[in-house]
Formats: sequence, C-alpha cells, structure tokens
Amino acid sequence: MAFFWTVAALVVALAVVWRLLGAYMVSVYEGRCGWLGFLERPIYRLMGVNAETEQTWQRYGVSLTAFSGVVLLIGYGLLRLQGSLPLDPQHLGAVGPAVSFNTIVSFVTNTNWQAYSGETTMSYLSQMGTLALQNFLSAAVGMAVAVALIRGFSRKGSKTIGNFWVDLVRGTLYILAPIAVVAAVVFIAQGAVQTLAGPVTVSDAINRVTQVIPRGPVASQEAIKQLGTNGGGFFNANGADPFENPTGLTNFLSILLILSIPVALTYTFGKMVGSVRQGVAVLAAMTIIFGAWLAIATVAEHQPNPAVAAAGLTAQPAGNMEGKEVRFGDTTSALYGVASTQTSTGSADSAYDSYTPMGGFAMLSGMMLGEVSPGGVGSGLYTILLFAIVTVFIGGLMIGRTPEYLGKKIQAREVKLASLGVLVMPLSVLVLAGIAVAVPAGRAGPLNAGPHGFTEILYAFTSAANNNGSAFGGIAANTRFYEITTAVAMLLGRFGVIIPVLALAGSLAVKEYVAESVGTFRTDKAIFVGLLLGVVFIVGALTFFPAVSLGPIVEQLSHGKFF
Amino acid sequence: MEAHSTQTKRDVESGSDVGARPSLTAKGLGAGRSLFDKQILADAAVEGLKKFDPRVQVKNPVMFVVVVGTAVTLAESIAHPSVFSWSITVWLALTVYFANFAEAVAEGRGKAQADTLRRLRVETEARRLRPDGTEERVSAADLARGDKVVCEAGYYIPSDGEIIEGVASVDESAITGESAPVIRESGGDRSAVTGGTRVLSDRIVVEITAERGKTFLDRMINLVEGAERKKTPNEVALTILLAALTIVFLPVVVVLEPFATFAGASVSVVVLVALLVCLIPTTIGALLSAIGIAGMDRLVQRNVLAMSGRAVEAAGDVATLLLDKTGTITLGNRMASTFIPVAGHSEEELADAAQLASLADETPEGRSIVVLAKQRFNLRERDLGSQRVFVPFSAQTRMSGLDIDGRQIRKGAAEALKRWVLEQGGSAPGDLHTIVEKVAKGGSTPLVVADGSEILGVVELKDVVKDGIKERFEQMRAIGIRTVMITGDNPLTAAAIAQEAGVDDFLAEATPEAKMNLIKAEQEGGKLVAMTGDGTNDAPALAQADVGVAMNTGTTAAKEAGNMVDLDSNPTKLIEIVEIGKQLLMTRGALTTFSIANDVAKYFAIIPALFVVSYPQLKTLNIMRLHSPQTAILSAVIFNALVIVALIPLALRGVRFRPAGATSILRRNVLVYGVGGVVAPFIFIKLIDLAVTATGVFH
Repeated sequence: MAFFWTVAALVVALAVVWRLLGAYMVSVYEGRCGWLGFLERPIYRLMGVNAETEQTWQRYGVSLTAFSGVVLLIGYGLLRLQGSLPLDPQHLGAVGPAVSFNTIVSFVTNTNWQAYSGETTMSYLSQMGTLALQNFLSAAVGMAVAVALIRGFSRKGSKTIGNFWVDLVRGTLYILAPIAVVAAVVFIAQGAVQTLAGPVTVSDAINRVTQVIPRGPVASQEAIKQLGTNGGGFFNANGADPFENPTGLTNFLSILLILSIPVALTYTFGKMVGSVRQGVAVLAAMTIIFGAWLAIATVAEHQPNPAVAAAGLTAQPAGNMEGKEVRFGDTTSALYGVASTQTSTGSADSAYDSYTPMGGFAMLSGMMLGEVSPGGVGSGLYTILLFAIVTVFIGGLMIGRTPEYLGKKIQAREVKLASLGVLVMPLSVLVLAGIAVAVPAGRAGPLNAGPHGFTEILYAFTSAANNNGSAFGGIAANTRFYEITTAVAMLLGRFGVIIPVLALAGSLAVKEYVAESVGTFRTDKAIFVGLLLGVVFIVGALTFFPAVSLGPIVEQLSHGKFF
Repeated sequence: MEAHSTQTKRDVESGSDVGARPSLTAKGLGAGRSLFDKQILADAAVEGLKKFDPRVQVKNPVMFVVVVGTAVTLAESIAHPSVFSWSITVWLALTVYFANFAEAVAEGRGKAQADTLRRLRVETEARRLRPDGTEERVSAADLARGDKVVCEAGYYIPSDGEIIEGVASVDESAITGESAPVIRESGGDRSAVTGGTRVLSDRIVVEITAERGKTFLDRMINLVEGAERKKTPNEVALTILLAALTIVFLPVVVVLEPFATFAGASVSVVVLVALLVCLIPTTIGALLSAIGIAGMDRLVQRNVLAMSGRAVEAAGDVATLLLDKTGTITLGNRMASTFIPVAGHSEEELADAAQLASLADETPEGRSIVVLAKQRFNLRERDLGSQRVFVPFSAQTRMSGLDIDGRQIRKGAAEALKRWVLEQGGSAPGDLHTIVEKVAKGGSTPLVVADGSEILGVVELKDVVKDGIKERFEQMRAIGIRTVMITGDNPLTAAAIAQEAGVDDFLAEATPEAKMNLIKAEQEGGKLVAMTGDGTNDAPALAQADVGVAMNTGTTAAKEAGNMVDLDSNPTKLIEIVEIGKQLLMTRGALTTFSIANDVAKYFAIIPALFVVSYPQLKTLNIMRLHSPQTAILSAVIFNALVIVALIPLALRGVRFRPAGATSILRRNVLVYGVGGVVAPFIFIKLIDLAVTATGVFH
C-alpha cells in the first residue's frame, strides 16, 4: 500500500513538474527568460561568445566536441594531480592513469560509471571541482543536443540550429543550478552530509575499535547527480549510503529529481514544435515502457528469494531483501532501480547483482531498449525521436505516403542518421561484450561463472554504452581491460549518437514544412504510440535477444539455481 | 494506291498489308499479358539464374549478404559434408533465386511490351523536303531535328514532330491502343505527331522535333523495359534502413560465437549463417525492386507512362489535385437544356429561331440546340432553300446565326447580342438581365437568341457533370486530397459547377499565370500538386507541378514539361495515378513491417536450437515444440525462402488501396502485416518442421 502511495505521489509530482518545468525550459531555450542575466552576460564576455549569433549543425557539433575534449583533458589533469592540489584532507594522492581516464570519460559522457570507490579515491576538490562540475556540464550538453534537435523540427528553411555555448550556459545557469541548489538544501535538511572538514575518527572505548568515517560535500553532489541523471555517488555505496540518501523523503526526492528533466522535456518538445500533443505521445510511449518494467521489477523483487528458500530457510521477508536497504524495502528499491536504469542515471539504493533474475533482467533490458523511458536528460528525448523517425518511416509508407514527421519529410539522409544513432549502442555493447568474453582479461572480470557471470559482463557494457553508469556489481571494473573498454563504450554511446543527432537537426532545419491533411500519418495518436513502442521493442529484442537468453533468461529458467 | 509502295521495308519484305503492322492490342499497352503469363514465368525462371551475377547482386545489400552467406555454407558443406549443411546451402541459394525470380517476373511484362514496341521502330523510309521544295527519300534513321518530311495517307510518320502544314487523320493505335483515328493539324494544340503512327487521310508536312534514339517511342521502350530504372528517393531511403538492419545483425550473429564458447557451447558456421539470413530483412530485400517495377507497370497497364519512378512516388504524396473542368469534371461539351423566352415571346418561337441559328453550327453545343428543339417541339431540320447566308462565329462578334428570307437570326453571348439589337434599333427587354444572371448562377451558360432587333429569349447551355465524379472526389477527400477545379468560366458559373461536382475549391477565369500562381502557392504551403494539361501554355505549370500528367493528344512542349504522359488522354486518370502511387508506398511499408515482424518467430525457432545443448532450460523457449535443433533451423530457413515466393503476387499486385483516412489505413495494415507478420511464421515454421521431420533425414 505504501508502494502504491509512493507511485501515486510520484505521478502527481511529475505531472506538475512536466507542465511547469517543461514550459520554463521553453522560455529558457527560446531566450525569453533572463532573471539571471547579470550572471549570464559576464560568462559570455569571459568566454568571448556572441550570444546573438547562431551556429550551423557542423559548428554546433565542433563546439560541443571541442568543449567536451577540453574539459576531458582538464579533468584528467586534475585527477592525476590530485595529490598536489588542495582540499585533500585524507591525503589520497594522485588517481591512477587508467582509472582517471575511465572516470573523466564517464563523467563527461554523463555516464558516471565508477571504476573507483569515491571515499577512498577522490579528494574533495576532485569530487566538487571535477566530478560535480561535470555532472552539471554533461547534463547541460545533453539538454542542448535535445533542444538543437527540437529546433530542427520547429524551424523551416533554417541553416542554423542554435548556439551551443548559449544553450550550454543557459541550461546550466537557469535550469540545473537553481533546482540543484534547492534540492541540496532539502538533502542537507534531511541529514545528508555537507562539509569540507574531512573525515572524523570515532573511537569506541568499550569495543576498543577506532573507525574513520569519511565525510565531505555530499549533499551538493547528490542533488545534481540525480537531477542531471548522472548517478555518480560520493560514496561507493551510492544511494544506499545514509550520508547520501538519509531518509525515505530523500529517496523519494531522488526518484523525482531523476525523472524531472527527462519527463518535462517532452512538454518542452511539444510546445516548441507547436503541439503539446506531440510531446504527450512521446511521453506516453516512455510511460508505458517505464510502467511495464516497473511492474516486472517490483513483482520479481516482491517474491521471496528462491535461493534462500532452496536453502531451507522458511522465515524470510515477503520480498527479496538480499542487497537491499531495510529503510527502503523491496518494491521501493525496485522503483528506484527502474527510475535510475531507465534514465541513464545509474545511481542505486540497492545491489542489482542480488536481484532475482527477472528483477536484474528488468534493470538490464530497460537500458537495452536504448534509454528512452524517459532516458537521460536530453539524451532520452533525442534517442526516442530517433526511434520515432524510424517509426514514421515504416508507418508512413504503410499509409501510402513518403514518410514525414512533424511536417518534415523523412528521406534517405534522415533514415541514415537515425539508423546510425539507434544502432551505435547495440553494436558497441555486443562487440565489446563479445571481445570481453573472448579474451582472458575480460573473462577474468566477472565474479560469478556461467550465465550470471555473462550477465555481469553484458550489464557492464550495456550500462557504459547507454551512458547509464549503473553497476550490476560482481564485475572487477577496476582492471585495465574494463577501464579501457568501458571508456570506449561510453564515448561511442555518447558521441556516436550526438553527432548523428546534430546532423539530423541540421538536415531537418533546412527543410520546408509539408502541410498536414487527413492523409497524413498522425503522430499524436495512440496508434503512433503503439508503433513507436513496437519499433523500440523490436529493435531492442532483435539485437539483444540472443545475448539475454544466455544470461538472465537461462537463470530465470533455472529456478533459483546458483551460478 | 500509290501510298502502299512506300510502306516500311519490313512490311514490303514480309509482304504484309499496312494494317498488319505490329501494334499492341486494341486496348493499348495496358492490355498486355496477365501478370503470371506462362511465357513470362518461364522467361523469369531463366532470367532468375542469370541474376546470380555478383554485379547484379551487389546492388542489393540485403541479398548480397545472403549470397556471401551461401558461399560460406557451400564451402563448409564441401569441407564437412552433411545432409544438414547441404540442405541449408541449397535453401539459402533458393532464397537468392526466389528474389531474382521475383524481380524477373516483375520485369517480364515490361520486356514483352518493349519487344512489341521495338517492332514498331523498324526502319521507316521518309520523304524529306529539300529547301527548294523537292523531295528526297531517306531512311528515318538519317532524319535530324528540324528536317521537314511529307506524309500522306498510308504512310507511317517516321519520327516525332510538329505538323507545320495541313491536317490529317492519324491512326495512333500502335501507341495508345485507341482504334479511332485522331485529327492532327498544324497550329494550335493538336499539331504534335508521334513516330510510328500512321496517316490515314490527307497530306501533312511534319517538322521533326526529336533526335534519333530520343523519340517518344524510344522513351516508351526504355520506360516499360526499365532500362533506365533508377532507385527512387524513397527506395534509396528504405534500402538504407534495410542495410542498417542487415549491418546490425552481423555483430549480433558473429558475437554469438564467443558468447556460446563462454557458455560452454559451440555453434557451427552453417548455423550462424542460417541465423543471420533469417534475421536480416530478406523478404522485403528480395521483393523491393519487384515492387517498384510492378508499380510502374501498373501505370503502364492504365496507359500512363511515368518518366521517372520519382513521379510515381510523388503521386502518393499529392495533397492538391488541379483538375480541368472540361473533360475531367464535366463531359466536355455543354448541352442545351431549356429555352427561356423573354418579353412575351413563346417558347416555341424561341426554339424555332434557335434551331435555325444552329443549323449550320457543327459544334456540339449547336447540335444540342437542334436536338433539344426537335425533342421539345418536334421541330425538324428543314430545307432552307437557297436564300440563306450562314454567319459563322467569330471572336470579334461573339455570335453566329444565319440570314434567311430577310430575317437576321443570331445567337451568342448576352453582351454581344444586346449590342447587336441596339445597333439594329431595338432594345434589350427588361427581364433579360435577370434571366441571364440566373442561368449563369446555376452554372450554365446563357445563350441569347435574337431575330433582327427583337431578343426572343435565352437558351440555357448546361455543363453536364460526369457520372460518379462526385463520389471520386469524396474518396479523395477521405484520403486527404483537396480537389481544385480549373476553368475559364466566370466565377458564378464556376461556383455552381464546383458545388454540383463536389470539388473543394475552384479557380475561375483561369489564365496560365493564375494556374501557375496557384500551384506555387500550394507548394509554398507544403503541399504537393498534381495536374493535367495538354496545351503549350500548360507547359510551365506542368513542369512546376510535382506530378504533371500530359495528355498524349497534347503538344510536344506539354509532353516534355510533364513527368507523365497519359496515352488515353483522359484527365480523370489523375485520380488513379494518385492511388497507384499510394499503393506502391503502402506495399513497401507493409512488406517491410511483415519482414521485420517475422524475426520474432525465427528467434524462437533458432535460439533454443542453438543453445539447448549447454542450457537444457532453454527448451522452454521452443514454444513451437519443433522436433530438433536441426529441423528447427532448417524450417526457419525454408520458411524464410518460401515466404518470398508466397509474397510475389502481393508485391506485384500491390496492397489493396482503400479510400480511407490515414489512421484507419494504418490500423488495418499494422494489424494485417505487423501482427500477422508476428503470428504467421509461428504457424508455418511449425508446419514446415513437421514436413521436414517426416522426411526422416534429420535427427
């Protein structure tokens, strides 16, 4: 019952966020909102950006790539030099080269795959100056790309798709920063840690133990980690750590923050293309997937643990509580997990490795569908729009017209770019997982043997290539092999999609509108939502069915047998 | 008959009569062989083998992968022979063959038609005029643009040209299939003649307008044969999507090898190739070009030649149809329907005068007046004696009539007649204006009749709207196409006819410029426009329109400006062209959906078969309960090949077009080809598995 009210409260809260934040983002990206102009203008002056000039998709793409490249290099340098820089009260020293590379790639790509343990690796400067900063910037980049694509649809006969620097600054300044500040205050009020005073040493005289308890600027990072669908926790235990996620309220707020921007962007999209119904259609498809996967995960996790039962222990809780916080319970943990895996966030308040096979499958397959339900900030929207283009292409043909979407003809170039954008992720996952199971360094990674071990490998690359960053656990992520290969997956999954999306935006923006008639394929109707879901499922199923059947499906069909 | 001495060489050689020259059947190009004529199937069976040529295969990425896959399994079968691997190899080869066969069948009818046309293009002898006016005999092959040739009754016109002198009746049945001869004359919009047609009467001088090898006949041959067939834009886009779906399955299948090894299983190359072929969209890949060729062919069946596949695709997208009123919406000729007397004259008096004035008028309107007077008052055509002078219609006077026994009877436009009676010292009666207005408002043309200075009344000439045209427009509306009537009539008349015919809009008092502006305005609003035209002044609009259908009776300029030519010169056909365009795209979409939806069942057949040895648990996924891994994989491969054959008729005939809104069409097609595409293979793979198991060859 508590779970039902949690979901109901979440739906109501998201409905409000969808409408208000969605409309607010329209005004931000259309440049009609200027209450932080006193901060915005100096930033442009500092960067030497003329906010009035617009960019072609090529310029936009070059700016974006150059920016990401530069912050990646700076971030790498800061991590490597950590020991010589201030704010390192634990004297953690420099971060190793491979893990630095993996980590900075991970944060720049909005993945937040963590091949390290935060409290024992990162200084406060690295946590705040490098990682938390990237949480803002990578989220703003994702939103900028989504907005550029929306402009592709909403403009006609235009060579330009906006200005990357302006979109980046405005997204950070007007959307991410204010919400993160407010959320951080709530986290602090609820008991999340926020200090630069370093760890405390606690001595227990009775038991004669002395314990060092790590602390740090946690709450501030926590807010943006969820809001920007980044997911990289301050502590290794992520959302299961009471310093990060102290109460049921913060747990709920985490889920809400995770879903806010991806959900609200559908309103922004609809409004900017001139029909909110178009945004509702996309949101409906997202919601159906989310709802279905939530059902799978909660039902699976609400079963008694079959392995525990097989061991003859009759008195076990109603749900599978292995690897879960008792503060949150089985179903709410599953809700958090689904929200996190389907938004490319990857934060966690429970251990997926300990989920039932179907629960784990729900986490894994949610990502395999391409992170579109509702997906990461920006990336969720632009990815589902790629699927929508493939959908209207096939659906449009079936009604006897050459396909069009939102008044734009979908032709060879659009199909090429959309196919590329859709297929980069599954290709990266399959090829890298194929390499991992074939080479000794890869085979050494998983903790378990057999299908569960295979799932651990598959999960790692699915998480990385989807820029999710959630960890299934059980895999030795901090080995050279996985540090390099997952970084490759993250880069491909990010820029391999962003570049085609920007090219698509450019190609759409120049096109003229095609008038709508009763003969037009309506993309704001239930049948479109159904077809879009069909395409998302079929592409996901066709590419991953063989792999999944060797992992979670075999496990599930083994009924509690350990691997 | 001297003319017979200058028949074509071929006819002389064969000693045949002029009439025996090859021509397409009485109904024209369209009435060729049936889609699955035995001869065409036999030819296609052979042609299908020739298409194994790698240079042909490489153009189709999907089928090329199957070819390479077949080569791999063939090598494997030779190295490690087994009944299973050989069976797979044979069925993979058959998959390619069936695709080739489908394309060959689609091409078959066009090839046959091209052969027939080619026989028309035999060496014709031409009588070329020298600058001094004397004639010389040259081969038609030596004619250049600008040459002038003489054609007399019985002669074949040697090449395309314009009549610059004379008038003749021409038998164009060889091209159009229409057996009734047509009149061609110099000047105006009826001056174009086509090489290969025959002059039946009179003598004309033709200036050649086409270069050798570029005549209309040559173009027709190329078109029906598909010699210059290029992939249309949508076909290119679909090929890209199919290629993407093919490329993604390569790693899906390749990585199964290490995945399987990790799981402690081993999979053979033959099985992996089989899986790959089953997953890539072979059904649509095999039938895609056949669908395109068949779409063009369906147009040819209706006697329409599309100059490019692009035009056929555009037809499916048309949002606005510009239709000429005359000949398309109305029956071309206005018919007298009522006599309305004025100023106390009787109806019979009016009818009598009107009939007299029309006796010498050979236009259909004039004839209809004579007929109406006869029907209403039993007034017969009479012997007028010799004291009569016919006054023909002229653009200046805008009236016609006759002078007889001192009477001057005239009929014509209201303004012209009013002026005339004033000149004669009479005056226009008070009720004339209202009657004229009323008739015009009703969509008819008022024709005023006067006897001397007396206006007798008005003859109402009614435009007769074609039967069933209103229903066609309703269908168009249902699929989202706006119909606009183009007419030279005044707005009042135009509005009335538009109302009666049920068009959405009309353009009255249309000039070529107004037509052009309308097209541009529609296009700027993002709409694709289709129109028909035949006159030289239609040419710019035909070129501007997205689908411009030129009438074969039209001028060369019109035919060159448009992207389709209707050999029947029937403007109503525009509607069918749109339907064919839509049908073509729908067929592509339906088969793509079907092809992809099929994969679900194939996975359920093959995946458990691949891994059931290492993970016996996976037999739960074998929901079809297929006999064994070998029969399961083979059955999927056989299904994959046979489904191509099964769908050839659908690909060639096209998905049935129903006039309905987009959403209802989509719902139906998703149900049939999407859901059907998921379900059907489960049933058929199971049936094939039963058959394969029954052979007892596979364990």
